[in-house]
Amino acid sequence: MITAEITHLFFQQYWWLLVSLLGALLAFLLFVQGGQTLIYTIGKTETERKMIVNTLGRKWEFTFTTLVTFGGALFAAFPLFYATSFGGAYWLWIVLLLAFTLQAVSYEFRSKAANVFGKKFYEILLFINGLVGTVIIGTVVGTFFNGADFSLNMLNNVTWHNETRGLETLLNWHSVSLGLSVFFLARILGALYFILTIQNENIFRRSKKQILINLIPFLICFLSFLTYLMIKEGFAVDANGTIFMEKYKYLHNLLDMPIVLASLLIGIIGVLWGVLKTLFGKNNYEKGFWFVAPGTVLTVFSLFAIAGLNNTSFYPSIADLQSSLTIQNSSSSLFTLKIMSYVSLFIPVMLALAIISWRAINKHKITEDEMNEKNGKSY
Amino acid sequence: MTQLLLNIDPVLIDWSRAQFALTAMFHWIFVPITLGILFIIAIMETVYVKTGNPEWKRITKFWMKLFAINFAIGVATGIILEFEFGTNWSNYSWFVGDIFGAPLAIEGIMAFFMETIFIAVMFFGWNKVSKKFHLTATWLTALGANLSALWILVANAWMQYPAGMQFNPDTARNEMVDFWEVLFSPVAVNKFLHTVTSGYTLAALFVIGVSSYFLLRKRETLLAKRSIVIASVFGFISVMALIFTGHGSAVQVAEHQPMKLAAMEGLYEGGQEAELIGFAILNPNKEVDNDEKPYLFKVGFKGVLSFLIDFDTKTYVPGIADLVYGDEQNQILPTEERMRKGKIAMNALIAYKEFKEQGNEEEAKLQYDILMDNYKHFGYSYVKDPRDIVPHVPTVFYSFHIMVIFGTMFVLVFLIFAWLTITNKIENFKFAKLLYIIGLACIPMAFIASEAGWVVAEVGRQPWVVQDLMTVDAGVTNISSGAVQTTFWIFAFIFTGLLIAEVSIMLKFIKDGPAKPENEGGK
Ligand code: HDD
Ligand code: HEM
Ligand code: HEM
Repeated sequence: MITAEITHLFFQQYWWLLVSLLGALLAFLLFVQGGQTLIYTIGKTETERKMIVNTLGRKWEFTFTTLVTFGGALFAAFPLFYATSFGGAYWLWIVLLLAFTLQAVSYEFRSKAANVFGKKFYEILLFINGLVGTVIIGTVVGTFFNGADFSLNMLNNVTWHNETRGLETLLNWHSVSLGLSVFFLARILGALYFILTIQNENIFRRSKKQILINLIPFLICFLSFLTYLMIKEGFAVDANGTIFMEKYKYLHNLLDMPIVLASLLIGIIGVLWGVLKTLFGKNNYEKGFWFVAPGTVLTVFSLFAIAGLNNTSFYPSIADLQSSLTIQNSSSSLFTLKIMSYVSLFIPVMLALAIISWRAINKHKITEDEMNEKNGKSY
Repeated sequence: MTQLLLNIDPVLIDWSRAQFALTAMFHWIFVPITLGILFIIAIMETVYVKTGNPEWKRITKFWMKLFAINFAIGVATGIILEFEFGTNWSNYSWFVGDIFGAPLAIEGIMAFFMETIFIAVMFFGWNKVSKKFHLTATWLTALGANLSALWILVANAWMQYPAGMQFNPDTARNEMVDFWEVLFSPVAVNKFLHTVTSGYTLAALFVIGVSSYFLLRKRETLLAKRSIVIASVFGFISVMALIFTGHGSAVQVAEHQPMKLAAMEGLYEGGQEAELIGFAILNPNKEVDNDEKPYLFKVGFKGVLSFLIDFDTKTYVPGIADLVYGDEQNQILPTEERMRKGKIAMNALIAYKEFKEQGNEEEAKLQYDILMDNYKHFGYSYVKDPRDIVPHVPTVFYSFHIMVIFGTMFVLVFLIFAWLTITNKIENFKFAKLLYIIGLACIPMAFIASEAGWVVAEVGRQPWVVQDLMTVDAGVTNISSGAVQTTFWIFAFIFTGLLIAEVSIMLKFIKDGPAKPENEGGK
């Protein structure tokens, strides 16, 4: 019995790490969303905008699929979270869904003849997706630290305790500051991606300017999020599964797991280094993206780790503390987690294939000539 | 004591079902094209790579661009379904998540990623990677799409026939005990094969229909004829497999969901030598508890239904009334009785939990045994009236017959098109014009048959969300019906807009036709 519990815990942690990894990859891939909010800020002519939309359009599916897989993995590994949060915070998730649904058609339809609503309409959808998508995803992750308004009965059926069904979270400044950090970071990543992949003087110059402009609010939001996180009380769980409040819980988690602390620090340094080198480096430095992207992955990964590991409740309830979800009380059975772990061996294979495909497509920068070619596929 | 049977507002259930039906059926407009046309495109590209003939490249690219328009909207609607299990069926999601979540996650990790990775190469790699690499990417995209169908259909099959699991009272959910039983359950295998072949059939008819339009207009005749050759041969093979696996599905339904089968055939009084209905008009006044005759008009074949189930015209097939009121001779429990047993199971679960809490292991064990003995009736504890276990018969009946009748017709359509194009006689054929119009008409017919299939499968299993274990009212998210009603209309509004845009773009694209050969330059 004891050993079964230990193995079960092992797989629960393993799956929390995988979910964290998917969440972290998603955060980096949100550069597509960030870029979408900059189409008109950076693209001043029709051709410039076309180049921007096309460089993003070749990648949007990666982001989208990562989001879907992130949701699927949560369902499979922590079904109680899936049932509780999605069914409970109904409106929050529906808004997010709509934002992504509308994005998926926008690239394909935008420049097609007879698209009924006109180019501008689809560009507006892309902007909405970039704004709403990033802010809400970040805010939801914020609820991991601040709790949500639900309780569960004996059959683990969820009751939500207010009629706004999740939208109330948008009034919690601490959660929202994370949402805004994600938004500004996504824009920085988007601009860096333009610099990396588009051959154009104007886009280069304006992207650099946007990085500077977005850096300031990003730092304000993120540092205030992080500072408060370190000093706030956290939701801890003891050996019997009882939830209690612990002072400086998340700071303790970082100190208890030095690897996570290191990952967080390296991540933050990576982000800053990539940004500063692009802004102030010599010879028009173009590869800042490749510092900021892994930096983002490491940072977000660490945030997930301190939300769920080290006897912490990752989806706390503020309505009924003992209904809070931990990786132990919300996970799938040992059997299912084991089966799924075999499947997880495909993740590195898929990552490798994704890198091959990414490199094949990104071999050359996007140029104006390519955009004017008749027979290539472009958006 | 906790209230376990929440008082769920029936209006909420109706709106939640309507919303799921809306999103699923909308998603299903785009999915079958994706499943089938990718293989057709891959075959065309293979011919191009083998022959090096630039005309084949032009043909490949034309269908690929049509596919791209369709694909985007398929993806857009898929994400709604995935999250909707949580947002609208959260109690269901917990009750079965241990089994149901796994295929969904596998789908994401293996299939969607594969699709996404290779579709990027397929769309943008034409001049960036070698011909061979590109061709491989096309085939792998097709494979990825079909793999994703596999996993989602395994999940769906499990709801129709829960296999490979055990109920765990401590967590109050079903837990997987045998993965292979879930994956290779005969229901899942048949469902997968029938559904993907229906996609191939539909896509083949789509290609034939669009090509018929060109022939009717006397444009692009080479492209049209070549496309028809490939599509009609592919379609013929597919539709034969489709009928075969459809039969297989019906056998599974007979075994695991007898009520659905009875509804499909409008069979109220069962017996041996059961009749297969070719076509019939149902009597709208017929209810399970009155003596009206079931059909106003029918064309039936006595004994054939029994024969189809296991090659014996003497096989007993239960009717709707037998299933509701029981049939002692054939060991069918009356629904009243199953409801009683279901309540015993539910009470045992509650008692088990209470004894556990008090630390009384012995009593808890007793209750556990009672629960397990009666678990196969568990869902009946939610049923309020025996007649509630009857799905809406006319919907299921007519949908089923439309699907079958259309399916049989498609065989002929494929044969005629294949014959006339392979022998290159189609343009001189006496009734060519009529044939092209039939080709065009097959597009909407294929969609109708395909959606009808899902209606049979999903409406036919009502009121269950998991056969015999959970009713739809027990699975729904506890939320105000107004909220669901609002999202229903938001979705309906958005879907209408998207569909208009999509159809308009497609029609325009088809009207403009493929790129001119000069531009292509045979790179
Ligand atoms: C038999 C096939 C089949 C069935 C029954 C369903 N789907 Fe689907 N789905 C596909 C076959 C498919 C596909 C062919 O793979 C799609 C369609 C268009 C596409 O691009 O991929 C797809 C797309 C698609 C996507 C977007 C994937 C991406 O990011 O690329 C999601 C999230 C879902 N589906 C989820 C669902 C859910 C939750 C369903 C259950 C109700 C469902 N699908 C029914
Ligand atoms: C894309 C193909 C599908 C179509 C067209 C389809 C069709 C439908 C329809 C018409 C309904 C409404 C039934 C009613 O309310 O009377 C429904 C409900 C439902 N379906 Fe499906 N279905 C599809 C795939 C699936 C799959 C793959 C699953 C599970 C994995 C699934 C799970 C459900 C659930 C949970 C409901 C809601 C409960 C209910 O009303 O029965 N469906 N579907
Ligand atoms: C001619 C012979 C056909 C037979 C005997 C047949 C039989 C069946 C049966 C019994 C089901 C219900 C399975 C269940 O409830 O689990 C079904 C479902 C379905 N059918 Fe057919 N069918 C035929 C033709 C077609 C055609 C022509 C199409 C579409 C082009 C089609 C598409 C579907 C789909 C999409 C489903 C729902 C998925 C599933 O449950 O497998 N079928 N079919």
